[in-house]
Amino acid sequence: MSRHVISVTVRDRPGVLVRIASLIARRGFNIESLSVAQSEKPGLSRTTFVVVGDDPTLEQVQKQLKKLLDVIEVIDHSVAKYVDRELMLIKVRVDNPEERVEIRQVAQDFRARIVDVARSALIFEVTGDEGKIDAFIEQMRPFGIVELIRTGRVALGRTALDAPEADDTHRSEPTPPTSESDSAAHGRAN
Amino acid sequence: MTGSEVVMKMLERHGVEVVFGHPGGAIMPIYDALYDSPVRHVLVRHEQAGAHMADAYYRASGKTGVCFATSGPGATNLVTGLATAMMDSSAVVAITGNVASGLIGTDAFQEADVYGITTPVTKHNFLVKDINELPRVLTEAFHIASTGRPGPVLVDITKDVQQAQFEGSLDVEIDLPGYQPDVIAAESAVAAAAEAVAAAKQPVMIIGGGAQSATDEVVAFAEVTGIPVITTLMGIGAFPPGHDQALGMPGMHGTVTANKSISHCDLILAAGMRFDDRVTGKLSRFAPNATIVHIDIDPAEISKLVKAHVPVHGDVKDVLPRMASKLDRLDIQPWRDTLAEWKANYPEKYKADKPLVSQEVLGMLREATQGAGIVTTEVGQHQMFAARLFPTTKSRSFITSGGLGTMGFGFPAAIGAAMARPGETVVCVAGDGSVQMNIQELATLYKHQLPVVIAILNNGVLGMVRQWQEMFHAQRYSEIYLADSNPDFAKLAEAYGIEGHNVFERDDARRRIDEALASKKPVLLNFFVYEAEKVFPMVPAGAGIDEVILGDQEPDEGGKRAEREVVEA
Repeated sequence: MSRHVISVTVRDRPGVLVRIASLIARRGFNIESLSVAQSEKPGLSRTTFVVVGDDPTLEQVQKQLKKLLDVIEVIDHSVAKYVDRELMLIKVRVDNPEERVEIRQVAQDFRARIVDVARSALIFEVTGDEGKIDAFIEQMRPFGIVELIRTGRVALGRTALDAPEADDTHRSEPTPPTSESDSAAHGRAN
Repeated sequence: MTGSEVVMKMLERHGVEVVFGHPGGAIMPIYDALYDSPVRHVLVRHEQAGAHMADAYYRASGKTGVCFATSGPGATNLVTGLATAMMDSSAVVAITGNVASGLIGTDAFQEADVYGITTPVTKHNFLVKDINELPRVLTEAFHIASTGRPGPVLVDITKDVQQAQFEGSLDVEIDLPGYQPDVIAAESAVAAAAEAVAAAKQPVMIIGGGAQSATDEVVAFAEVTGIPVITTLMGIGAFPPGHDQALGMPGMHGTVTANKSISHCDLILAAGMRFDDRVTGKLSRFAPNATIVHIDIDPAEISKLVKAHVPVHGDVKDVLPRMASKLDRLDIQPWRDTLAEWKANYPEKYKADKPLVSQEVLGMLREATQGAGIVTTEVGQHQMFAARLFPTTKSRSFITSGGLGTMGFGFPAAIGAAMARPGETVVCVAGDGSVQMNIQELATLYKHQLPVVIAILNNGVLGMVRQWQEMFHAQRYSEIYLADSNPDFAKLAEAYGIEGHNVFERDDARRRIDEALASKKPVLLNFFVYEAEKVFPMVPAGAGIDEVILGDQEPDEGGKRAEREVVEA
């Protein structure tokens, strides 16, 4: 079992998110997070989700997603280098001025921004990879976490240093049929 | 032109000759346009039957079947039919009316979220709320349904769109960047497949529904290479059942020879089949020594359940001739001798002891038709008996609900198939349980006077459930008894104006069959058969296909548990 970050480029059509969610639920795939937003191209959105499963499961997830007609492209980032980030808003309880100073010190170390200040609580915005977000939560726990929300991961594949800049047309090309050799590489965990 | 006229014009453009449907409030504008259209309409008595007819129309002809239903209950009645077509990859376009777009989401009269309900049981679906999208959506619907791996597509059209005026052109481009159905298998994959087959000493080929449109290619490939051919339920007719390389059906009720050959083979060439659990049994015991070469048009089927060592993403019709051109006759005579020995040791047999049994009725039907014409089945024991004893010799002619196992499919399917292939006789093999699930279509059959013979194998029980209860539930016969409240099926047919006969005696049976087939009219034959007859051989659910229960091969006394005889692998 390993975790894979998968990006799916979809057409902005009514119900497309339902189709993806319904497929994942019906086939019994286990996802940890899902995020959807506009991509750089009008009419196309990019969804990123984290799937947990063994290699055959991951292969099936991708093949089934590709069968959806509104899906333009499916990328398993785990087979190449990629950048991923997550955003969290977290509200931390502040009981006294000493605590406030201490909390702000930790936040500074994490480059977390304060986005709301109240007498008894602070809201921080934290961006980073999953490990950083998890670590920040652990640091804040002793002070008392009132509530928090995470976006789930979003990811983009990296461009190799010596590769020419990928042009626009490349990304909108139809997904080629999967060959089994593609999926052989899926074993690599991120 | 109104939206409704656009619908009818687009159907004409796609060569649609007949639509199966039932009108209602939200689709009345389309039925108004139908009134002036050259497209024929078959008025069904339940929308589910309309979907099955459209499905069978495709299966019998290869032309996309079309059905209509109104909003809400009309559309939800289609769901079983769509799911059936989805599982068996059948090209159907279903058009439903919906309430006016302004009322959507308000729980209006006869409103249902048809788009949401049908998403998981269709290849794709559309909700049209803008008249300008209508021509493109309908064009895409026919394209999607019939290309690649075929499947059902539903187009839900709001009533205001049906009534709106359309000013534009009907010549539209499809816009489906995420859909590339026309795959040509890579040459390297074809070469690797041919190489694997050439190296095999004990190969078998298993063909499924994907071979129904490639029967010439399958026969040619089999005859060039000499490879033995197993035919799944969905593949029946794509390879002649009487051919000396034919091993019959695999799986739960497959032949001993087919199942043993899978257990012993060193290579499986799977062509247009998807390793359904009823075929494979317990996966860990399935074909333990075999290299798997899997040809399928749907890449998601390759390595879904059985890992393919040589995947070939492509159409069977294109791949097999390309493979054949690289192959000579395989050097597999010892293997073929072994298979011939198994075939001789485990023949298809049943004991026609008193009283009449289902299997001998099917034997008579096969003798009478010689495998010509079309056979449709309902679901249950009679379906498995028919697959073994009454297969057709031609492709697209054995029409049965394989994947979903839909009771109530076979009778409307017979009507749809008869519409698709005028002049050919259709035999609907039914049980007394499942035939009642769409029995109201006797009215449709009467109206159109199609040459359909309904052969009810009436054992007075839900036979397959009874068999499982006898064998695996300690003869606790729970809710399977029908005989105490079955109608007199012959009289029921007569009430609809259709000739009907109750048949009790062996001598009577053959005569009635011959007369019914000769009449070229609808006839219902109600054969009273032995209650405790069971389908053997049988691989119990969850067992490996090398764990075959042969049964006693003869009717058991009611309630007596069948002897387990395990065939050694």
